Amino acid sequence: MDPIQIVFLIGAALVLISALMVVTRSNLIHAALFLIVTLFGVAMIFVLLEAFYWAVIQVVVYIGAIAILIIMAIMVTRDVTGEEIKSFNKNLVWAGLLAVMVIVTLVWSLTFWPQFGAETHQAVDSQAVISDLGEQFFSAEGYLIPSIVASILLLAALIAAIKIAFPIKQEEED
Amino acid sequence: MGFDPVQIVAEWLRNLLLGWGASDLLTEVVLKFIGAFLVATVVMLVFIVLTWVERKGAARFQDRIGPNRVGPYGLIQPIADALKMLTKEDTRPQGADVVSYVLAPIIAVFSVLMAWAVIPFTETWIGADLSVGVLYIAAVGSFGIVSVMMAGWSSNNKYSLIGAFRGVAQLISYEVPLFLSLLVPVFLARSMGVNSIVQAQGEGGVWFFLMAPLAVVIYFVSSLAEVGRAPFDLLEAESEIVAGYHVEYSGIKFGLFQAAEFLHSFTFAALMAILFFGGWRGPWADQYMLLGLVYFFIKTSIFYLLIIWSRLTFPRVRIDQLMNLNWKFMVPVSLVLLMGMPLIDYATRLSDNWVRVVAQLVFNLVLGVVAFSMAARADRQQNKRERVVFEGRPVAVMPKPPATEDETAA
Repeated sequence: MDPIQIVFLIGAALVLISALMVVTRSNLIHAALFLIVTLFGVAMIFVLLEAFYWAVIQVVVYIGAIAILIIMAIMVTRDVTGEEIKSFNKNLVWAGLLAVMVIVTLVWSLTFWPQFGAETHQAVDSQAVISDLGEQFFSAEGYLIPSIVASILLLAALIAAIKIAFPIKQEEED
Repeated sequence: MGFDPVQIVAEWLRNLLLGWGASDLLTEVVLKFIGAFLVATVVMLVFIVLTWVERKGAARFQDRIGPNRVGPYGLIQPIADALKMLTKEDTRPQGADVVSYVLAPIIAVFSVLMAWAVIPFTETWIGADLSVGVLYIAAVGSFGIVSVMMAGWSSNNKYSLIGAFRGVAQLISYEVPLFLSLLVPVFLARSMGVNSIVQAQGEGGVWFFLMAPLAVVIYFVSSLAEVGRAPFDLLEAESEIVAGYHVEYSGIKFGLFQAAEFLHSFTFAALMAILFFGGWRGPWADQYMLLGLVYFFIKTSIFYLLIIWSRLTFPRVRIDQLMNLNWKFMVPVSLVLLMGMPLIDYATRLSDNWVRVVAQLVFNLVLGVVAFSMAARADRQQNKRERVVFEGRPVAVMPKPPATEDETAA
């Protein structure tokens, strides 16, 4: 077993175990912290695939922003000492069945992918990949219009969130 | 290129391991581990020196002498400090969340040490020349926020939690202008690799502070806030919330937090040297590689002293001033800067190199003057309005009584 495989196994085990912890912990903040471990493990797998850009984006966006947001939301809305919640209810069986079905479908459809089971991928020029990505985002033939539409959607959501969250002005101008 | 001791030692070790019958891959892994260990150790050793610099510097600024008993000029003082830290009682608050409580200082140091993997000490001394180096530095920095959050929450202390909330609000806010100003050298060098940015400031190029002085100012101020030191030390404001998120930490755990803070400042100083001031570049650094190391540390030390200087000079800002400075001044200015510089670059694409540099410089200076005068005018107008300095607020507000049965029904 070469070192890359060992690192892969560690990363995969990290992802699986911590993902299991996320759904089974009864303390919400512990669950959120385990989510960070899961996301970090996914970033590790990206590094092994030599997709450095995606690994770094994974950490910036998911750990730096979304996981922090989740923890903040939990702390603001709940008892910060970490109230115990029930992780399981009677829908466990059906949810488990659904999850197994999704995994089976995913793996089954992946077997049709030509590169399924390939040993390793070709080393790529990561600088060229990033430049290509940037050009695709900013060229009219590429994804300029979709990215502008997505930005406008996000901007609208941002403004709407501020409008909803802003306290209604009191009529007490002295 | 010249004499490169690291390369020689690495070659010798590689041949030794291969001679012992280790496989190519294993040799590579062992060498990488040794390299990572060395970088981390050197950075931690720098922390020991930094504590002396900080104490001595603060003393001189405050017209004191500072540590002067242990060794010449108190040079052995850091070792005494470290021993004191190690031998202090390691307390743990009741009701603390043990795993998070112990992990938080470790993650704090980890987030700083990770950044040094991509920092080029010299032309060839770089842990990993990632093509996304600048983004990587931003990414590992976000673990610092996680550690603040974990420390504040797990200590089971109200002051810690308030400090953590403040800290997260401040760190997330100031990440925006920090990243935007980091994008300026990325744009000028046309690369996100840290070493390529240094390369771009060499042959044919100028040090980027000449092309983007405004970006340097924005970077410096937001990195001060990102480190959480005075004048932006709201997350550990002693007079308000005791010590913020690390109030419950003692002994070596507190030491780790302190190491993280000092090294964070040092890392930002190093980044400033690399991104805007040519990193290891300097006279004859191309011929004699070790000279590059000297230049790099000289530049970094100058910026580190600048950070200490601003820490000891400016009073702490209030939370509303902090947020106003960020969202109403630095973010808009850095956005305009980031949109204007490519336009200038495109307009002068056919001109000589020095014309392009001067055009960027003029654009930066004009934008800076306009932005600062607008901010100053807004500030004067606000001061003109009648302001009540203190109107006797109640210290604590009674919470609303919980909704009764029939209220929730209605």
